[in-house]
Amino acid sequence: MTATTEKSNSPIGRATNRIDGPLKVTGSAMYTSDHNFPGMLHAVPVFATIANGSINKIDTSDAERMPGVKGIFHRSNIGKLFRVAPNSDYNAFSDEDRPPFEDDIVRYYGQYVAVAVAETLEQATAAAHAVKVSYSEKKPNVDNKLKAESGVKVESERGDAQKAYDAAAIKIDETYITPAETHNVIELHSSVAVFDGTNYTLYETTQGVVNHRNVLAQMLGVEPESVKVISKFLGSGFGGKITPWTHSAIAAAVARKLRKPIKIVITRKMAFQSAGHRPRTEQRVRLGADSKGNLTSLQHDYVNHTAMIDEYKEECGECTKYLYSCPNLRITSGLAKRHIGTPTPFRGPGAVPGLFATESALDELAIKLKMDPLQLRIINEPVKDEGLNIPFASRNLIDCFKTGAEKFGWSKRDPRVGSMKRDGLKLGWGLAGASWIAERWPAEVAVELRDDGTAKVSTGTQDIGTGTYTVLAQVLSDKLGIALDKIEVVIGDSTLPPGPLSGGSMVTASLIPAVSKAADKVIGTLLNAAVKTPEAKYFDVDQKEMTYTAGVVHRKNEPASAGISFQKILSAGNFKFILGKGSSSSTFTDKPKESKHSYGAHFVEVTWQEEIARLRVSRVVTVIDAGKIINPKAGRNQIEGAVVMGIGMALFEQTHYEPTKGAPLNSNLADYIVPVNADVPDLEVHFLEFPNKQLNEYGARGIGEIGLAGFAAATANAVYHATGIRIRELPIKIEDLLR
Amino acid sequence: MKLFAFTKTAEISEAIKNAADAETAQQGAHSRFVAGGTTLLDLMKLNVETPDKLIDINRLDLSKIETTRDGGLSIGALVRNSDLANHPYVKSHFSVLSEALLAGASAQLRNMATTGGNLLQRTRCVYFRDTTFACNKREPGSGCPAIEGENRTLAILGTSDSCIATNPSDMNVALMALDATIKISGMKGEREVPIAEFYRLPGSTPHIENVLQPGDLITHVVLKAMPAGSKSAYLKLRDRASYEFALASAAVVVQVNSGKITGVQMALGGVGTIPWRAAEAEKVLAGASATEDNFRKAAEAALQAAKPQTQNKFKVELSKRCIVHALKTATSPTA
Ligand SMILES: Cc1cc2nc3c(=O)[nH]c(=O)nc-3n(C[C@H](O)[C@H](O)[C@H](O)COP(=O)(O)OP(=O)(O)OC[C@H]3O[C@@H](n4cnc5c(N)ncnc54)[C@H](O)[C@@H]3O)c2cc1C
Ligand code: SF4
Repeated sequence: MTATTEKSNSPIGRATNRIDGPLKVTGSAMYTSDHNFPGMLHAVPVFATIANGSINKIDTSDAERMPGVKGIFHRSNIGKLFRVAPNSDYNAFSDEDRPPFEDDIVRYYGQYVAVAVAETLEQATAAAHAVKVSYSEKKPNVDNKLKAESGVKVESERGDAQKAYDAAAIKIDETYITPAETHNVIELHSSVAVFDGTNYTLYETTQGVVNHRNVLAQMLGVEPESVKVISKFLGSGFGGKITPWTHSAIAAAVARKLRKPIKIVITRKMAFQSAGHRPRTEQRVRLGADSKGNLTSLQHDYVNHTAMIDEYKEECGECTKYLYSCPNLRITSGLAKRHIGTPTPFRGPGAVPGLFATESALDELAIKLKMDPLQLRIINEPVKDEGLNIPFASRNLIDCFKTGAEKFGWSKRDPRVGSMKRDGLKLGWGLAGASWIAERWPAEVAVELRDDGTAKVSTGTQDIGTGTYTVLAQVLSDKLGIALDKIEVVIGDSTLPPGPLSGGSMVTASLIPAVSKAADKVIGTLLNAAVKTPEAKYFDVDQKEMTYTAGVVHRKNEPASAGISFQKILSAGNFKFILGKGSSSSTFTDKPKESKHSYGAHFVEVTWQEEIARLRVSRVVTVIDAGKIINPKAGRNQIEGAVVMGIGMALFEQTHYEPTKGAPLNSNLADYIVPVNADVPDLEVHFLEFPNKQLNEYGARGIGEIGLAGFAAATANAVYHATGIRIRELPIKIEDLLR
Repeated sequence: MKLFAFTKTAEISEAIKNAADAETAQQGAHSRFVAGGTTLLDLMKLNVETPDKLIDINRLDLSKIETTRDGGLSIGALVRNSDLANHPYVKSHFSVLSEALLAGASAQLRNMATTGGNLLQRTRCVYFRDTTFACNKREPGSGCPAIEGENRTLAILGTSDSCIATNPSDMNVALMALDATIKISGMKGEREVPIAEFYRLPGSTPHIENVLQPGDLITHVVLKAMPAGSKSAYLKLRDRASYEFALASAAVVVQVNSGKITGVQMALGGVGTIPWRAAEAEKVLAGASATEDNFRKAAEAALQAAKPQTQNKFKVELSKRCIVHALKTATSPTA
């Protein structure tokens, strides 16, 4: 279903191999920790083994005498590090605001208290282990029960939700829990810091080179111009690399101190402790409906844990306010402070845990109403965004549901619990809706045409593994009519024109208008060069009569075949390259005129083998409307990856904090269970490509996060259908089903 | 990781002599043999094992799988788990062992892991593996935080007030059901220990896990032929479909004659502090007819003595279902 007509040779919408694929499969793509420099030293952090208390003494005497050790640094000798003032433009923000080693107070297990620096990683690791730290230890609070501790904030309200609830014919009042989850990206966080006495070059694992530069400049107390952040390839981020973590400032500060390149690669264990996680949430959902299934009241009250000094809010009510029609609604949030490292966005923050709660509750309501859960969604489909009282820019949730229902065979579902069987296994079928914002970050892009017939596009964004290199090449190829292999994409460098953060699934949508404008500019410059170049055949022709088609400059009234290639014009005019710049603005505003979101639907089948308590996800159909899909190959990969993560969220993943010491206990990949290939069935993904031209000319929105939203609810709903057991706390464990 | 000396040898006697100066062959040993290294190096990096001396035994001549005169097998201690699992004779005559091995770890790990090393793999108890916590097994007398804490994956059989750690091996469960014999060479010569006598319950000394003395080298694991007409099955239950230690597993070797069970050997994994021989269940089954009812009775008997902890009560029922299903599989006409 394609709503745009396109030029047949356009790369837009064509399944395209990653242009950086060969670099990756040959191992020549330089990831952060692949960078090595002469004289480089290795730094290994020493972390607190208490979660609450203060440092009495750091005894470095043994460690300092160990082979290869160049120094043990901590609060009293690392040099000054400053705080970052949060700013509303999202161009200098960090979730963990406290710079490393700022004081002697320990607020979470794993907080860095010192760093050992040595010639080799092994020496630094041994030295870090030999640093003796004594603490005044207090009992930490990592309590799993969450209550809004400093009052609740009303996030959205309309009508009188409580009154309508009290009067409702059918009610649901349940509490849903999602656990802390750790991103567990394959590429561990790392920093390689080089300081030349004036300037810093920081190789970082970051989802935002510009933000990272701005944050580190503030922390180091230097001008942003003297800091350069490089991140050419990322082994994924999932939100965990959006903001800088404290190891990054430590690497830079040690480089400043020792005037030597410093490499820090944190361990998997540290990644669980001090590099962000999705916080635990506890969400009460109250639904009221009339006997026909019309929602009359919706209340969503959620609390998430946060760190002692950082107020990170997981916006679980993100989608609740607009997803379904309901005249009376109230959404509140609250925070519970814990002696746990600072939480951070994790793929689909807010919407993902939030939709687990609301889409599960809706399933429970449908069961009470004896109504098909799909029908319940259709009945409550809104005609406008009732949260903001504005029209939808594009909303095709019901199309997603209906398409998914058809592909999945939903009409064959027998709603009776445990009634459906295959090969002796009980089947459960469940569905849930998904949604995610569709906005733009500000973006600046430079485009060059070069005398060798190639073009270059550059911007200070980064490819976190999602395919940004390829999308940029595709868009420029389309704009200039030049083959993909003639396009060089340069990103991952903060000195480039500032590009978007890889967060919120907005990079593609943000870049398209900027690339488009830059391409138009460079074409204008080219036409001007053509008519000003005596050696070219259009010398002195009125520029208005000239045009550009697919690499060729020609008169408007002649076919392109009669024209001259840009390469020839540049050579003739003695131009090495010509440049065009373009920018586009953020679409975030306090008073939006339209409600911009993507929508989707998941259909999940589970098999349940009761005699051995074995639950498996056996079939998945996911339908997403995220507007025009620029690269269906990378797009499908995003949704499939998100669904795999959804299986993890539904069935396996949770970070346990040990109550006496506050340590994340299962801080390794043997004890933190994620899906393996054997847990993942064939995944069916369909895109409905209703474009959203307000965002950009192709109508492309983002697809990085929406595939995870709603998936856990669809699974829990399927589990209920198979077993009759309603799971309201993730993950769904064997013990929950062995009743 | 602590600095250590590293030596290699191709001589069994030299390996033994080299290791014999250790005070113990149990937790805290100053000398360690290293075979595949998949347990040992992991624990050394965590500073749980801190040997001064590693003796690489990979060059010893202990990598053969040989059939014995009575149709059994002699398995060299250095035979890799993958080679053992895929050996044609093992697949045809000891399929329960092959299945158990293939249910364990990952292909890469099985390629490294050895028979001797697998027998001695250590518990996955998270406190044991983290030196910032107390742990009686790692530091005798320091306490057992698992009893009140994270114990979902830990044992319900053979536990004590000192330790509830699970023996995590799959292979050992099959070897227990097969009544394997472990051949050991030590300073006092060679000896053979039935697997049932090889492991020690934690009691008040959880740091002592088996009968090995300083210098003792496991050289072979010997299997008798299974009784004629034997059928077998290994079933492993866990959260995800692969690459995870067992929450519960069962290895059964059974002989059925006109619907009656004439012989059965059964062992359980994931639930015991040692690979757990389900002797009570065997008693229930001996001579009984091969029905699901009897399997369930056997399962009840096997778990009679179970002592669940705060988080692992579900293992009692899970283990029972595992036993019933393994017996059903082994006795089904198509097995
Ligand atoms: C991520 C992960 C997942 C795993 N999953 C599973 C699983 O699902 N199921 C399972 O069963 N196992 C699993 N394992 C464990 C794996 O099977 C063991 O690590 C392996 O069998 C150990 O064999 P090795 O040769 O590497 O032992 P090593 O590490 O070399 O040695 C282990 C111990 O045995 C001693 N030793 C070795 N050989 C001898 C000998 N001949 N005589 C005396 N002492 C000896 C060593 O000194 C050492 O103390 C897993 C391991 C890992 C790391
Ligand atoms: S169960 Fe055993 S291994 Fe685990 S903490 Fe207790 S004593 Fe240590």
